[in-house]
Amino acid sequence: MKTRRDFIKISAVGTGAVTLGLSTVKLAKASEPGSIFGKKAKNQVAYERFPTYCEVCFWKCAGWTYKDEDGKILKIVGNEEDPHCNGRLCPRGTGGIGMYYDEDRLKKPLIRVGEPGNQSFREASWDEALDLVAKNLNKIKKEHGPECVALFSHGTGGKMLSHLIKAFGSPNITAPSFAQCRGPREVAFAATFGEEVLSPERTDIRDTKCLVLIGSHIGENMHNGQIQEMSEAIDNGATIITVDPRFSTAASHSKFWLPIKPATDIALLMAWIHVIINEELYDKEYIDKYAYGLDQLKTHVKNMTPEWAFGITTIEPDTIRETAREMAAASPAVIVHPGRHVTWYGDDTQRSRAIAILNALLGSWGRRGGFFNPEAVHLPKYPSPAYPKPQKSWKDAFPGQYNLVHEVLTTGICDATIPNPDLGCHLKSWIVYGTNLLASLPDQKKTLEAIENLEFMVVIDTMPMDITGYADVILPECTYLERYDGIRSSPHREPNIALRMPAAEPKYDSRPNYWIAKELGKRLGLEEYFKWNTFEEKLDWQLKKVGSSLEEMKILGVKKMPREYNDLYSLNGEDYEFNTNTGKIELYSTELANEGFDPLPKYTPHPEPPQGFYRLNYGRAPMHTFSRTANNANLTALKKENSVWVNPRVAKLWDLKNGQYVWLKNQDGVVSSFPIKVRVTERIRWDSVYMVHGFGHKEKRLSRAYGKGASDSELVTHVMTDPIMGGTGMRGNFVTFILNDPKKEVAS
Amino acid sequence: MRYAMAIDTKKCVGCGDCVVACQTENNVPIGYCRDWVVENVAGTYPQLEVEIRSERCNHCENSPCVRCCPTGASHIVEGGVVLVEHNKCIGCGACIESCPYDARYSHPDGYVDKCTFCLHRVQKGQDPACVSVCPTNCMYFGDLDNPNSDVSKMLATRKYKVLAPEAGTNPQIYYLT
Repeated sequence: MKTRRDFIKISAVGTGAVTLGLSTVKLAKASEPGSIFGKKAKNQVAYERFPTYCEVCFWKCAGWTYKDEDGKILKIVGNEEDPHCNGRLCPRGTGGIGMYYDEDRLKKPLIRVGEPGNQSFREASWDEALDLVAKNLNKIKKEHGPECVALFSHGTGGKMLSHLIKAFGSPNITAPSFAQCRGPREVAFAATFGEEVLSPERTDIRDTKCLVLIGSHIGENMHNGQIQEMSEAIDNGATIITVDPRFSTAASHSKFWLPIKPATDIALLMAWIHVIINEELYDKEYIDKYAYGLDQLKTHVKNMTPEWAFGITTIEPDTIRETAREMAAASPAVIVHPGRHVTWYGDDTQRSRAIAILNALLGSWGRRGGFFNPEAVHLPKYPSPAYPKPQKSWKDAFPGQYNLVHEVLTTGICDATIPNPDLGCHLKSWIVYGTNLLASLPDQKKTLEAIENLEFMVVIDTMPMDITGYADVILPECTYLERYDGIRSSPHREPNIALRMPAAEPKYDSRPNYWIAKELGKRLGLEEYFKWNTFEEKLDWQLKKVGSSLEEMKILGVKKMPREYNDLYSLNGEDYEFNTNTGKIELYSTELANEGFDPLPKYTPHPEPPQGFYRLNYGRAPMHTFSRTANNANLTALKKENSVWVNPRVAKLWDLKNGQYVWLKNQDGVVSSFPIKVRVTERIRWDSVYMVHGFGHKEKRLSRAYGKGASDSELVTHVMTDPIMGGTGMRGNFVTFILNDPKKEVAS
Repeated sequence: MRYAMAIDTKKCVGCGDCVVACQTENNVPIGYCRDWVVENVAGTYPQLEVEIRSERCNHCENSPCVRCCPTGASHIVEGGVVLVEHNKCIGCGACIESCPYDARYSHPDGYVDKCTFCLHRVQKGQDPACVSVCPTNCMYFGDLDNPNSDVSKMLATRKYKVLAPEAGTNPQIYYLT
């Protein structure tokens, strides 16, 4: 069926003149025979270095981009002053040059042309492309109101576009980082402690004596600062307790590994709470002073014994008791880690609440070795007029729902885009910045249905990702190594700021986000929101307001500032009023009760895999970020495809061999577009399989990533929505194996 | 002086940063590597052990690669570092065959290449690129003749092993276990 908006493989562009980036072959010549350590090795020549902070993931580590005397970018090295990385970038940060040199990058603005069913892209000038975007946005504003435009954004550059869209008059600005990732923990911690966990997480892993990881695979998720601190904790002899159905890397470094049956975590958490209360192991002074609802909690967990949990989780009662005592012995220097990607089963806010309650009982919030109180440098906003007040929003599509949500749900935007006669807001246009929605959102069918209903979609990216094929206009952004961006100011032990400046001119015809935003602003009659002439001028103005300058930051890269408040660990008996209804840590959540939700977490069973199916678990590999690095030559050299982990017992049943390719089919009959390699390993339970997220790209222009591995996102068609905050629980999908090419079978 | 490296298997997460850092530091062509990561799984679910190791040339005291090199391109310099002089190397590959650690590769430019312990950095007082970048801080480099070096201190306090001790090469990469 031909639709109005076909996915167009960008390789269909006629001209296709490929300008190769600086090839590594040429770089290799820098070390001429015999000269590696000789008198005149080229890499001993004084480098020129430029401050940056990484954009390969959200951790945003600060570093230096090094260039040789010919002006070629050679390497990126961490900035030692940076608390995010302490001078050590992760593989993705080190391999960030692969993003810059990627010859498959988007090179020119592209405009969709042709009739439905016969469409393609043509190259355009920036003026033509921006004029077309502005024309369409203005048309939508006039006909439907500015609120009918939504921005999906991920990454630093999204802030400038967000500014543009707010100035335009829409509140619909969203990122997958909430409803597909950390939303449940933020809502749960805010309900308990009155504050969110934030990013980077305020976990004081460096000084902890006991770190409890629940499905959080630190080390495979390469959250740099946390991994460094976990190593430090290992050096200091801290106990690590890992709860995971898979023997994760973190599990292999742990004193206790609890190989839990998937989807039963809340039962374990409640049993831990039971033991800690029953054996009076909780921090009595702390709870007396700071907490509300101990009595209700006591009654609630009375029957949630380790024996009860054993039947659900398969974790031995003795192990549950022993680990609970281990945590209590370390209290308050203990962290039950809130995790990051926590949208699993649709009751994720409640699971995160159980984690928050456990931390409260152990007295770890606001204590050394538990959770510190972060502080950030407050950069003043560059002067611009107030934003217009929107008349409607995506929430009109959800009357009475999600009252505890203070962010915009990506999937809510999808829902609000699909016309429904009973609901108010129908979105007409999307701007998609730096996020490959087909991989970052579950339920691709729904996402595509929403896209089908759009009048206009523009995608801004550096790479031709799957989502770009559905755009009407594609705007090529330059990579982070070729641009300025907003100052990084993130909450940490020491407030700090970091500068990103270009180390090279943008390659091809790509442009930075701030230029795109300003140029669109001009065309939308919003010039007064972009009063700066150059972005340097804006940055310098902001930096001078906090006691630095662009000139200084170009030399330092990172600047630490003194804390305004001496409250890194603030809950050692000091009076404190929490930002909750009771002003206390709410073990019993009055806020949830008021909204009609369980004020105390309960375990509810989730569906189990049908016969011949296995629960699809997914996660990260340390050398890749989401689906965005799958074409990076430096990183594909480390891992070019994902594999499906299969327990040897299951492999035997299916006669699967290590290295064999299979297709996966889920409970709804969806078959993976590409085959995936089998990895037979004892590291996975027999009731589930595991794969790394972000592979199986369908865009042919990604010459290294196309068709490599399978996409987990494609197989996540069953979504268990969290009624409290709209998170999309994605771990209720089950897959089976197809051993022969399903396409060939259909053909024959 | 005897350069050596100790790698803590209790901390390594196998992220491969050492591999990428080596690549960008030493202009190793994409698709080749001077260091790599190995994962060994032992046991059956749920009684399991996983060891993850970053591996590279062991800069052996008794190096078969140096002994078998017909041109003298493979040689040992001060500190016990085994090097290949690229313009003397004829790419015959005898060293590749002789290495029990599979640490060498044929560079597309026609010579054999391998880890140099980043001697160009070490001579400037820096750690090798892999050591300097490791997010888990699991690698220690230094002079075994100096009891205060990072590597000496680790070997003095921790249990360790070397790879393929039966080969009798006296390797200088130590794995803390």
